[in-house]
Amino acid sequence: MPLLSRAAGLFFNLFEPLFRIAQRRLGIGRLGWLFVAPNLIVFGLFTFLPIAINLVYATTGGVNLMPFERPYTGGENFGILFECRNYFDIQTCRKDVFWRAIFNTAQFSLIQVVLMVGLSLLTALVLNRKIIGRGFWRGVFFYPVLLSPVVVALIWKWLLQSQGVFNAALVAVGASPVDWLTNASWAFFWTVFVSIWAHMGFYTLILLAGLQAIPKDMYEAAEMDGASPWRTLRRITLPLLMPNLIVVLVLAMIRAVQIFDEVFVLTGGGPGSATTFIVQFIYQTGFAEQIHLYGLAAAASLVLALGLVVLTLLQLRLTRASDAGQRAR
Amino acid sequence: MIRFLTRTRGRGRMDWTDWLSYGYLMIGLFTMFAPVLWLVMSSFKSESAISQFPPTFLPYTQKLVQVAGHDKPLPLFLTRDETGELRPMAQVRRIGIMATMVDPQNPEQQVRVNINDRTPINALHFAFSNYTEIFGKFRFGLYLWNSVFITVVATLLTLLINSMAAFALSKYRFKGQKTVFLLIIATLMIPPTIILVPVFLVINTVGLLNSLWGVILPAIATPTGVFLLRQYMLTIPDELLEAARMDHASEWRIYWKIILPLSAPALAVLAIFSVMWRWNDFLLPLIVLSRSEFFTLQLALNAFQGELNTQWHYLLAMTVITLIPITLVFAFLQKYITTGIASAGVK
Amino acid sequence: MVHRILNHPLRALVAALVVLPAAVHSAEIRVMCYQDGVECDVIAEQAKRFEASNAGTKIIIDVVPYRTIVEQLPVQLAAGQGPDIARVTDLGGLSKYYLDISPHVKDKAYWEANFGATLPWLRPSPNDTGFYGFMSQLTMTGPYVNKTLFEQAKVPMPGPKATWDEWVEAARKVAKANQLPAAMAWDRSGHRFAGPAISYGAKIFDAKGGLVLDQGYKTAVSKFVGWHKDGAMLKEVWAGTGGSSYADSIGEFKNARVAMVLSGSWQINRLQKDIGNAFDWVAVPNPCGPAACSGIPGGAAWVALKTSKAPKEVGMFLDFMAQEAQYAEFTAKTNNIPAHAGLAKKGVKYPGATPQAQAALGVFSSGVANLAPAAYQFQGYRFNRAIMLPTVTRVTQAIVGEMSVDEAVTKIAADMADAVKQATK
Repeated sequence: MPLLSRAAGLFFNLFEPLFRIAQRRLGIGRLGWLFVAPNLIVFGLFTFLPIAINLVYATTGGVNLMPFERPYTGGENFGILFECRNYFDIQTCRKDVFWRAIFNTAQFSLIQVVLMVGLSLLTALVLNRKIIGRGFWRGVFFYPVLLSPVVVALIWKWLLQSQGVFNAALVAVGASPVDWLTNASWAFFWTVFVSIWAHMGFYTLILLAGLQAIPKDMYEAAEMDGASPWRTLRRITLPLLMPNLIVVLVLAMIRAVQIFDEVFVLTGGGPGSATTFIVQFIYQTGFAEQIHLYGLAAAASLVLALGLVVLTLLQLRLTRASDAGQRAR
Repeated sequence: MIRFLTRTRGRGRMDWTDWLSYGYLMIGLFTMFAPVLWLVMSSFKSESAISQFPPTFLPYTQKLVQVAGHDKPLPLFLTRDETGELRPMAQVRRIGIMATMVDPQNPEQQVRVNINDRTPINALHFAFSNYTEIFGKFRFGLYLWNSVFITVVATLLTLLINSMAAFALSKYRFKGQKTVFLLIIATLMIPPTIILVPVFLVINTVGLLNSLWGVILPAIATPTGVFLLRQYMLTIPDELLEAARMDHASEWRIYWKIILPLSAPALAVLAIFSVMWRWNDFLLPLIVLSRSEFFTLQLALNAFQGELNTQWHYLLAMTVITLIPITLVFAFLQKYITTGIASAGVK
Repeated sequence: MVHRILNHPLRALVAALVVLPAAVHSAEIRVMCYQDGVECDVIAEQAKRFEASNAGTKIIIDVVPYRTIVEQLPVQLAAGQGPDIARVTDLGGLSKYYLDISPHVKDKAYWEANFGATLPWLRPSPNDTGFYGFMSQLTMTGPYVNKTLFEQAKVPMPGPKATWDEWVEAARKVAKANQLPAAMAWDRSGHRFAGPAISYGAKIFDAKGGLVLDQGYKTAVSKFVGWHKDGAMLKEVWAGTGGSSYADSIGEFKNARVAMVLSGSWQINRLQKDIGNAFDWVAVPNPCGPAACSGIPGGAAWVALKTSKAPKEVGMFLDFMAQEAQYAEFTAKTNNIPAHAGLAKKGVKYPGATPQAQAALGVFSSGVANLAPAAYQFQGYRFNRAIMLPTVTRVTQAIVGEMSVDEAVTKIAADMADAVKQATK
């Protein structure tokens, strides 16, 4: 420990004179830029620059990796993505897997977010009660969050394989084994289940923290006024929890749309294209298929980014509106 | 039903709603832990036992017995012999559907038995060799060091620059502040997978390919970190800073001596997340590191999946090993999580 | 005495200059290798011997997962980075990065004589005459059959010239008698699929040398999908995943869940180790279709890469590996079929192989004679991935019912055309 504080002290002393000089020249107000600078540099170099490069990829064709050796094609890649003979039938689209992926992702996000936030809320409410060993139970639900997505998928793939535990249990009770991962509906179900299993604890914690911040006297006052539990939930708990709920909903939605690792290892996007989601499509187009269609992948990723921004803004507007509506009542 | 959800009961006695709550928690415990427990138990199975169907919870392998007149131990089967009795017999060889078996006590007499008339006799056997062989399989120590180095350094750097950025965004007013904040949050929308190739190009141009720093630096700025820390720092009273400024403390000193210590719970949360992300990180090391001396544990884990082959027993053992450090960190820093997030009090 | 030299700076400098050049000439060669069995381990041993007789050259073998070779190596090479030597399977696709080592090999005639048939696969253009590496082994696709299950069901195994239909029928009976989940499974791979496709009359290439999907290919697709629908084929292998990811059927074969699989000669090592004594397995010649009884040749190749900074040493090391003694050692220890014409003629002894493995190797080796010309052309074609990957994706979609066979074939053709168009831009 003393070694650590010595090292920390050294670090502090190293930068202090630099900051003092900067402070004198920039003034306190503009010093903010200096503090934010390292963060911005890293973001700029490793996030924004790649996005810009993606833009170059999206507007060029060919299979060359170096962006400036690729022939300029303008909006051709976007054209390919959106080309359909009949806009109501995905099959007639040139990139039908892309559209299937979008549809799958939309379906998945909606179902998974609603279920997961609901379950997290329920769990948080249960954990908020006076129970023994809350820390332990909290840890139990949070534990899967620590596992890497690959590990999560491997565990469940193991359990669900046609010769795995689930089927063994079924056979033992005399039922016939089920195609857990090779039946389209079941495969979809399991992607929802496994992703909820792996991430629920994180959101439960956020909601629990919010619940525990609600002062107890609120409840006591309501009880004294003879309010029913349902009313307490609707009028006191939920409104006070709303900020946390909004954060949870937005984060969960963003993560759901971006899901990739777990599903890729669990089902590979199958059977067929039943669990192929949009990030997997991008990954396959640009990376896994040996004829790398960087341009198409970049175009698809820009469509995804745009879609996400729109979706998030929509979500924020809706939840703020309902929140304001509630408060006004 | 709603009653039990909204009220905390502290009357000292358990009623049906408490039982329901504990029931729910027990189901949660089972659902969350059973799969991981299965993983751990399976990691002790030998390679052939793993692909057995139906799978057993505890690791079993077939018993072997040393029979006089044979150099190698022979596998033991429960066999139905000519008289219809069930006896343990050792198998000498199997050709097609007929097996030649001997009674271990009476090795001279050989009996021919149809393979359908015998079942293997299994014994509990923990294949610790799965774990020990891994250490010899490749340079486990080196990969462990790489993973630890990356995780520790990256976490320290992450805490540093994200707290600096959060400080600037919470305690300062400067032009363009809101834009910067929105920009940072917007990066949440970009899943790392889709910018993998451009990131590789940038890392290559900067010359950080095949270097641990190439894995550390690109991800030390995290929007979640900035967001979390900023929320927390907003609750630190401005009067403290004003007082320090009046005492002619430099901003750096304020940051270092006041803000950081007061943000300890939030920093602890970010530290846990950072350790978790870095330890489990796979994609970034995959594209940056192709020289084996720089591999991390997660990369090495993947090496057990060859083109045409997956060595499950090693894979499972490695997975369990990589789980241990993260579990320890979590157990150690667990209590900070709720306080950290709670006090961040989302406004 | 030493301190007298060091005391005099000028003398020390001269001494250093004398010593230095000998130490300066040192080259480091990095080999990026993946293995299914022990290929990289065997090469590591050979590398040590090479280092011993070539002081100053250091060889480092990086064992990586196959995924790295497929996904990362092309990206690295495109960015100007990469190892000196790599073991690759996309022979044509990466050919623009290969380094010509013909100036550095000792005996060009030796190379031509023994690797002549497969050297063209590595050449970037048809008129090229350079040496860019050599095949580490020759692989053949072909079926494995669970003899024990056939015996238990008392069904005779069809003969060497039997058709796919006959084999499917026989396997079906065996599956029924033994209560197996399915009769047969094929690896989830367009490369594996091409063999039966060619046997069913697919020409793969049109008159101009471009890819074409003709009636023969369609017949193969339709038969394959049909066998899934009526339960002859095990669903898990093709329908168990999505996209074009690879999945093999050997796991199912090992667990005796199917009577027959279509895989390839590289599995012999694994089968020998994992099945052991559990049941008898044999390799059989590729079943016939109306046009041929063909499999597809293949294999991984050791290639020299342009990113190397030590081309001479790379050439020397590859030359060393290609010599008969080393190649025979590699082939014997990895239980592969040699791509070395001389060894193929002489025959290789496989001391570590069980009688079953030896017999299987024999079947595959003699199958080389039955390879259709289209099969060779297919393997050597630069953009064969353009037809292999969409086949896997679309046929799977047809199997799970997302589209009809006709639609699937149309889509394969469209995806193929798209890919080739981008690749030739």
